[in-house]
Amino acid sequence: MSHILVADGVSKKFGEHTALSNISLEIPKNCIYGLLGPNGAGKTTLIRIINQISFPDAGKVFFDGEPLQPKHIAAIGYLPEERGLYKSMKVGEQALYLAQLKGLSKPEAKKRLKYWFDRFEIGDWWNKKIQELSKGMAQKIQFIVTVLHEPKLLIFDEPFSGFDPINANKIKDEILALKENGTSIIFSTHRMESVEELCEYITLIHESEKLLDGKLSDIKKAYKNNIFNIGLQTKEAEESVLNKLNGNFQIVQSNYLATENQLNFSIQLPSTNTKAILSKLSALGNINHFEETIPSANDIFIQTVKSKIV
Amino acid sequence: MSKLKLIIKREYLAKVRNKSFVIMTFLSPILMVGMIVLIAFLTEVNDSEKRILVVLNESDYFSNEFNSTESISYIKFRDVTLGQARDSTLSMGYYGLLHIPKEDGLEKVASATFLYTKENPASYILERLERIFENRLRQERLQKIGVSSKEFATIEKSFEIHTATFEGEENVKGLNMMRAFVGGAFGYLIMMFIIIYGGFVMRSVIEEKTSRIIEVIISSVKPFQLMLGKIIGTSLAGLTQFAIWIFSASLLLIVALLILDIDLGVMASNPAMTNNPMMSIPAPQESEIEFWAKEFFNLPLFLMLVGFVIYFVLGYLIYSSIYAAIGAAVDNETDTQQFIFPIILPLMLAIYVGFFSVFNNPHGPIAVGFSLFPLTSPIVMLMRLPGGIGEGGVPLWQLLTSILFLIVTFLGIVWLAAKIYRVGILMYGKKPTYKELFKWLRY
Repeated sequence: MSHILVADGVSKKFGEHTALSNISLEIPKNCIYGLLGPNGAGKTTLIRIINQISFPDAGKVFFDGEPLQPKHIAAIGYLPEERGLYKSMKVGEQALYLAQLKGLSKPEAKKRLKYWFDRFEIGDWWNKKIQELSKGMAQKIQFIVTVLHEPKLLIFDEPFSGFDPINANKIKDEILALKENGTSIIFSTHRMESVEELCEYITLIHESEKLLDGKLSDIKKAYKNNIFNIGLQTKEAEESVLNKLNGNFQIVQSNYLATENQLNFSIQLPSTNTKAILSKLSALGNINHFEETIPSANDIFIQTVKSKIV
Repeated sequence: MSKLKLIIKREYLAKVRNKSFVIMTFLSPILMVGMIVLIAFLTEVNDSEKRILVVLNESDYFSNEFNSTESISYIKFRDVTLGQARDSTLSMGYYGLLHIPKEDGLEKVASATFLYTKENPASYILERLERIFENRLRQERLQKIGVSSKEFATIEKSFEIHTATFEGEENVKGLNMMRAFVGGAFGYLIMMFIIIYGGFVMRSVIEEKTSRIIEVIISSVKPFQLMLGKIIGTSLAGLTQFAIWIFSASLLLIVALLILDIDLGVMASNPAMTNNPMMSIPAPQESEIEFWAKEFFNLPLFLMLVGFVIYFVLGYLIYSSIYAAIGAAVDNETDTQQFIFPIILPLMLAIYVGFFSVFNNPHGPIAVGFSLFPLTSPIVMLMRLPGGIGEGGVPLWQLLTSILFLIVTFLGIVWLAAKIYRVGILMYGKKPTYKELFKWLRY
């Protein structure tokens, strides 16, 4: 089986409110899978179904080829968006407790905790109470507890919230390292720049429905519209250059710096073929910039959601 | 199952290590014993105060009826006017003045008699005086229809009915009172335990919600396991506390009584207490302690203990799962009020029904009804159980039906509570209405 998780026509209703309607997903093994969508789209509901916190009204979920069942809980690690720890419990004790709930034996949990505490250089926190720690510190504990039992599938819901940029980077590196070690990761977020950095696959959910899914690079290809950013050094006036091009191509926007004779503009081509435009441009001056615009995940996100609303 | 054990352990330790819990556990017995010692001490002080009543008797009646007792002594004034008597009563600081004027005939004398006191007279003094007059009047009236005072004395001789059960066991007078006392104590204990530890369960659920750890945990265990573990863990902490209390309180009490040399008998023979109609028993021959100990062992102790455990466990589980559901439904403790009142209501009702109806008529329709109804049966049935099972006690079918009802209700309530709990723990932000709770059941 090449998929760690497959959802097949999953639907969930809360009274009159539909949280998920007929969602189907295939999450490949050993990748980082972005679960995107605006607030209230149904991401958390889907994640809770995967964690068997709630159960679908219709549809099936398969984990590593088997129908999802209670024993899989030990193979999943979940870092919820709404997360916290017992405030008056000591760090070490609490981490041990949560690890044991995931099925680790006490000595094994202790051993692994020591490894992670050393790795994060927080060994001296063991006997502190959570209420004595800062929010970022508590988040580190939370991260460790989530990954401690070495699950096959990790689910991170907004993992970077509560971290300063330095620690956020550290966590990002840890996530990438986990992926390198063969873990499959579901990554739910609004922060699109981290999606670009981390995710190979994405799914976009909006108002309980799946709008698109697939490999991020494929989606980007599908969403690109042959717009190129061009920089041209030319002595000719802006107007005349644009007029010469406008017949065959569509100018999207332009600006002209007269002092440096620099004309920057975007242009939409009828196809991905760039031969014609390049020969025309080289006749007009020196090309110092020529780049195809690839839509960012953010653009795709906003564009797709907006088109749905319209 | 090992997960359930883990949860129980954590909940237990979290509760037991809590500072306020530790303080409460060790301070309460001291406070409790302090109260008892204080009450005993005050009672003793109160009793030692003798009230002196001046009697100004101008009539031809009442020559030797006023005999001083432990708490009242009478001083008889002679050949003074009412004004003089009043002045000297006041100046001597006596408790009051009873004026019996000279009139024609006892009836007139009696109705013209006045008791003057500085403040409202103590009720036991009034009672004592009224009894003297009543006796005297009755004697007089009987004499009028031709009954001599000697004959009157024979008539007046008090009579005590001998009682026994059909099994031939000589009945002891205090048994009913002992039953009421022990049954009431058990019922009260259950109510207090439910209210206190149910509240702990509720607060613990709210804490998990507000600290947002709940979702982390229920991604590892089933919400039902968490709820059950919480209820069991908290109740074990409660039982620990009770055990410490009972042990240390009895220890402290013995020590305190030894040191202060206070006799518990003072409290038992307190006139204010024996005035209670329920407790009006003739002075027993044996010493008080022996008497009550004997009564105590006349109770069906084994049955009561088994009954206590069954009703306690089932009753506590029912109520604490409702408490857990409430905790899950709200975001903070202030929102719990509207839900808590309906829970406490049946508990209070059970206690009141117990005290006012069950003790007087343990097998009447109200007692039977409330001891079958599952939300009140843990308390009311325990109050009936000291009467035993079968002949003269609780019919066996009632006991079994009540336990059966309780089990069925327990399963139903836990199922409903678990549903509300499961949905509620993940709901944040708004205070739910009953209507919404009902909707959650179908999620």
